[in-house]
Amino acid sequence: MPNNNLQNYNPEFLARLYHDMVLIRRFEERASELRNAGHIPGFLHPYIGQEAVAVGICAALGKNDFIASTHRGHGHILARGGEPKHMFAELYARQDGYNRAKGGSLHIANIELGIIGANGIVGGGIPLVVGAALAIKRANEADYPGTEKCAGGVSVVFFGDGASNEGSFHESLNLAALWKLPVIFVCENNLYGEFTSQEKHQTIKDIASRSSSYNMTGLIADGNDVLDVFHVMTTAVDNARKGNGPTLLECKTYRHRGHYEGDMAHYRPKEEVEFWMAKDPIDNFGKRLMEGSLMKKEDFQTVEDEIEKTLVDAAEFAGQSPHPDPEEALENVFVESYEGRALL
Amino acid sequence: MSEVATRRISYSQALNEALSEEMERDPSVLMLGEDVAAPGGVFGVTKGLYEKFGENRVLDTPISEEAMVGAALGASLLGVPTVTEIMFGDFVTLAMDQLVNQAAKFHYMTGGRTSAPMVVRMVTGTAGATAAQHSQSLESWFTHTPGLKVVTASTPYEAKGLLKSAIRDPDPVMFFEHKLLYNSKGDVPEGEYTLPLGEGAVVREGTDVTVVAYLNMLPKVLQAAKKLDREGISVEVWNPRSLVPFDRAGLERTLSKTGRLVIVHEAPRRSGFGAEIAAIAAEEYFDSLKAPICRLGGANTPIPYAPEMENRVIPGVENIIEAVRQTLR
Repeated sequence: MPNNNLQNYNPEFLARLYHDMVLIRRFEERASELRNAGHIPGFLHPYIGQEAVAVGICAALGKNDFIASTHRGHGHILARGGEPKHMFAELYARQDGYNRAKGGSLHIANIELGIIGANGIVGGGIPLVVGAALAIKRANEADYPGTEKCAGGVSVVFFGDGASNEGSFHESLNLAALWKLPVIFVCENNLYGEFTSQEKHQTIKDIASRSSSYNMTGLIADGNDVLDVFHVMTTAVDNARKGNGPTLLECKTYRHRGHYEGDMAHYRPKEEVEFWMAKDPIDNFGKRLMEGSLMKKEDFQTVEDEIEKTLVDAAEFAGQSPHPDPEEALENVFVESYEGRALL
Repeated sequence: MSEVATRRISYSQALNEALSEEMERDPSVLMLGEDVAAPGGVFGVTKGLYEKFGENRVLDTPISEEAMVGAALGASLLGVPTVTEIMFGDFVTLAMDQLVNQAAKFHYMTGGRTSAPMVVRMVTGTAGATAAQHSQSLESWFTHTPGLKVVTASTPYEAKGLLKSAIRDPDPVMFFEHKLLYNSKGDVPEGEYTLPLGEGAVVREGTDVTVVAYLNMLPKVLQAAKKLDREGISVEVWNPRSLVPFDRAGLERTLSKTGRLVIVHEAPRRSGFGAEIAAIAAEEYFDSLKAPICRLGGANTPIPYAPEMENRVIPGVENIIEAVRQTLR
């Protein structure tokens, strides 16, 4: 059983966690710059500050596992193996985007990578993973083509404190608990539902406490500590794989920026922002790796350089990818035989 | 069907056979809904399926329409086709996000890289004093959401053939069944058959006027046609079977024959699907038309409780006869 002690982990694994968190941070910073430079037509909800959650959660997953994400989804998709070049191409609204320019930031999906999709509706992805878990359960029982892609898997949904007030959250927790499905409900409690602080939208502090209503295990992780997230998530995943049912896992974290790119977030007290900035998940994990002699100063620069190159190449790839033909807008309404244009 | 051996079965038996045969054919198909397992569904459609396929495939859900439909979608995205029963179609309002924002759009917004083979069976229409929240006909809501197919089953033959096609279809299908039709009887072929989505059918041949009808308006229109026959008015009855996709060519064929069009549905007339059919006829087949189009729909009111008031707001045989006569005037 892994725990929070650095010495219990393979150094390469720790370096990968660090790398993935930095990749998310730099991806989001770059996306913001590219949007300001006019390359990205849509809007963005930056994941900056919450990187330890996506990376710690996805590090505990295997290839037959599935995630569903949120409007703040870039971090989850990168942590699950999404390629920056196809993500930038999607944000640029170009043909090589994951969704062929039909989705944008809010809808990036790739079932082959185990990504059911980001989601533009708060709480919208939660029932989907209950269904993914049903498919996994069916694949465990029966023999039909495709079972090898999800048998033995678990499904995971990310959502925020705001979504925990939606009916979809409560209905889904009840259903998953009732059917003992292999689901991990990961609540990223960043203390704000859009512009409204948690204390103004619910009477509880610990969303994990809502698990007791459904006779489900509830766990809390320090969402700014990637190893703690990974450790707690591993427990939840083990339980799910053993058939012991779902877990509600709350990760306490904070978004460094506003709800969306451009929101100055004046509604947040200065002291609160400073408190959380001091808990930066990347800085703190980097410090621990240094203190543990697992990474040297120059290693950090190597990570930065490598990521810089990846993102420069990715943005170039996106910039060179062709714009979609406007006529493509009329395709893909249905799977086959009918094109959008002639169809009622 | 003269060459094919047939059996006479009820509409609900036809639906049951479709479900049973498709679950047998494809071991991945799952069925979900409120009281669909041991109880066999509130209208008995799923009777015996739980015993046959077991609790892993016929899943009783809590009264949680949003999670039920969302779970059906999530499973379908991973290649497990699902059939979900909405006990009364009116309750679909509780699952609208999962249908409208999620299921309808997944294939499109992923650039064609995902698909959602799911069927949502909607028990719909008035059934005698079921009142405002258990009687609605909501099909046109879903025709207004690109990405959803919308199918109506009006006879046992259609119920079985269309439901089998809907289950095999790679897209989300909203499948409308009418409460008052469950006990109606009709012939179905002995062996395996399916009916394609997007192909309408001439239910009764005629020459003077085409009446378009589906679900429980179809038997009423057939009664009206019989009475009108005695007046020397020859009514062709055409049933579109599916509203999305819609059989334009079928509509054109019947219009080019009769030149007159009456559309009847139980759903409120305002913005009902009849408006769409009328618009297609007026825009595309205007040259075939010899008279103004007539739309007959439910009153623009909620459905009242008292049977005499309920009858007032739903088109009846006499209303249909009057509409046809007017069109011929």
